[in-house]
Amino acid sequence: MPDLKIRDGGTLGLTLFAWLSAFTLLGLVAVVLGFLLLKGWPALQPGLLFGDTPPLQALLLRRPVFDGLFPALVGTLALVLLAMAIAIPPGLAAGIYMAEYCRGRTKRLLGLLFDILAGIPSIVIGLFGLSLTIFLHRHLFPGLFPCLLISALSLACLVLPYLIRTTQAALEEIPLRIRLGGAALGASRLQNIFLVLLPQALKGIGSGILLATGRCAEDTAVIMLTGVVASAGIPNSLFGNYEALPFYIFYISSQYADRTELQRGYGAALILLLLCALLFLASRVVRRRLTRKFLYHH
Amino acid sequence: MKIPEAAVERLFFLAALFCASLALFILVFMLVLGRPLLTGDFLPRLLTEPWLPDRGLYGILPMLVGTVSIALLALLLALPMSLGCAVLISVIRPPRFGPLLERVVEFLTGMPTVVIGFVGVFLLVPLLRENLDAGSGRCILAAAIGLAGLIAPTLILFFSDAFARVPAGWRQAAAALGCSRSQIFFRIILPHSLRGLASGVVLALGRAVGDTLIALMLAGNAVAVPHSVLSPARTLTAHIAMLFAADFESLEFKIIFACGLLLYLVSLLLTLLIRGLERRGRCRI
Repeated sequence: MPDLKIRDGGTLGLTLFAWLSAFTLLGLVAVVLGFLLLKGWPALQPGLLFGDTPPLQALLLRRPVFDGLFPALVGTLALVLLAMAIAIPPGLAAGIYMAEYCRGRTKRLLGLLFDILAGIPSIVIGLFGLSLTIFLHRHLFPGLFPCLLISALSLACLVLPYLIRTTQAALEEIPLRIRLGGAALGASRLQNIFLVLLPQALKGIGSGILLATGRCAEDTAVIMLTGVVASAGIPNSLFGNYEALPFYIFYISSQYADRTELQRGYGAALILLLLCALLFLASRVVRRRLTRKFLYHH
Repeated sequence: MKIPEAAVERLFFLAALFCASLALFILVFMLVLGRPLLTGDFLPRLLTEPWLPDRGLYGILPMLVGTVSIALLALLLALPMSLGCAVLISVIRPPRFGPLLERVVEFLTGMPTVVIGFVGVFLLVPLLRENLDAGSGRCILAAAIGLAGLIAPTLILFFSDAFARVPAGWRQAAAALGCSRSQIFFRIILPHSLRGLASGVVLALGRAVGDTLIALMLAGNAVAVPHSVLSPARTLTAHIAMLFAADFESLEFKIIFACGLLLYLVSLLLTLLIRGLERRGRCRI
């Protein structure tokens, strides 16, 4: 809009209100980040991760870490990698199907179901994972309890709809001329998808995957019902309990015993925030203008 | 090498079918496990009685009231600031500051909820405890402020998108007719983006109702029906999260699934509402 010369009371009020809102928001953000940095910064040193264990020994998994964040960090990494490994193949396949094959009524119905899945609160998905575990424990695998694998499966359910929708959108926004180009050169439908369309859509799909990874890393509600515990050491089995950063932060906020533990809680919050910021920046770099719609659906 | 086209297409279809069926599968699980409670005479008691397991009362009324009041208060707190920020981003559009604000808001959508809760516990709660007559400081107001921080970025992005979708030609026409910026905003942009604003509000409401950690950490989790914004309360999500019943046959445990079912149905309703708003909006244009 060109700069308008007309000035009236309404415009002045609107402008003032808008700027005031923006500075309130930025001020609140600054207070929150400043508070975390101020309190968490002193905690950010090697001891935060490894406690009294020598870092090299801990990294080589030779000696356990008792009073550091290392096990929680490793637990979160394992959880996120596992969940994404489970979610990416069906998510991409379903996204490709939605964009390239599905039409008409079926497309509307499937789209509705994906929207519903995206809207389900994460605690309900955690409850689903828990009840599935109880069901399997009773009827099929008596040795199964809430564990790393169940958490990863539940988290995969949580992020599937984002993966599907980002993949679908990335494919659907490819210009028609590119789509027809492959076909005109005699490529079959599948050749066109794998050799022309998917490489074109890679940026969009990649940024969707990174956003979904961030979602997996920060979610607490799902994992607190499906096997995360406050103290378990480095996860050594898919069927065992594990630690995770977000749960550690929650746990410390209610159960901290002394100043050192609280310090570690601030450190953990700062690390999780940095991790999510990093994933967000990466997704922006992968795709400069990512489809903003997928930021809304959390 | 020849690719088996039909087989791969079938594989894609099965993947889509599987993912879509998860939505139904979760509903069926909640229905089956919460079924004993959904009979005619128990349902009204479930929704109207207090939660006193010792006296045989298993109602979830306090959690219902807690959920609704925290979510609505959060929306009320976040709405004005979100509108203002959206006006700045999409209507006033300061050349450097606008895009910067937009980037910050986009980043905020990815802010971990547990970190918001953590800051709330150690910054907001002490503040409320010392300055207001709020008991321990963990109360509806604390949770609502935290949740407002969670939903504000969603609201801002939705609102600024809705404003930006109003055709530039209309604004220019109004400007050419001598309308001031506020006249353009209130007479052209606002009336034509109401539907987008509404779907943003519905989506944010869904996030506020569905969030667990902030209410769990900041609302105090008391099971009495709250009587003011300074009294502690428990949400449906927090009630599920606080599940420590070891006995899976107990009534307490089955109630959890009734809460899950209720949350599912609310999110389903809100999803349908958003889809309706967006579809009818499309038909108009």
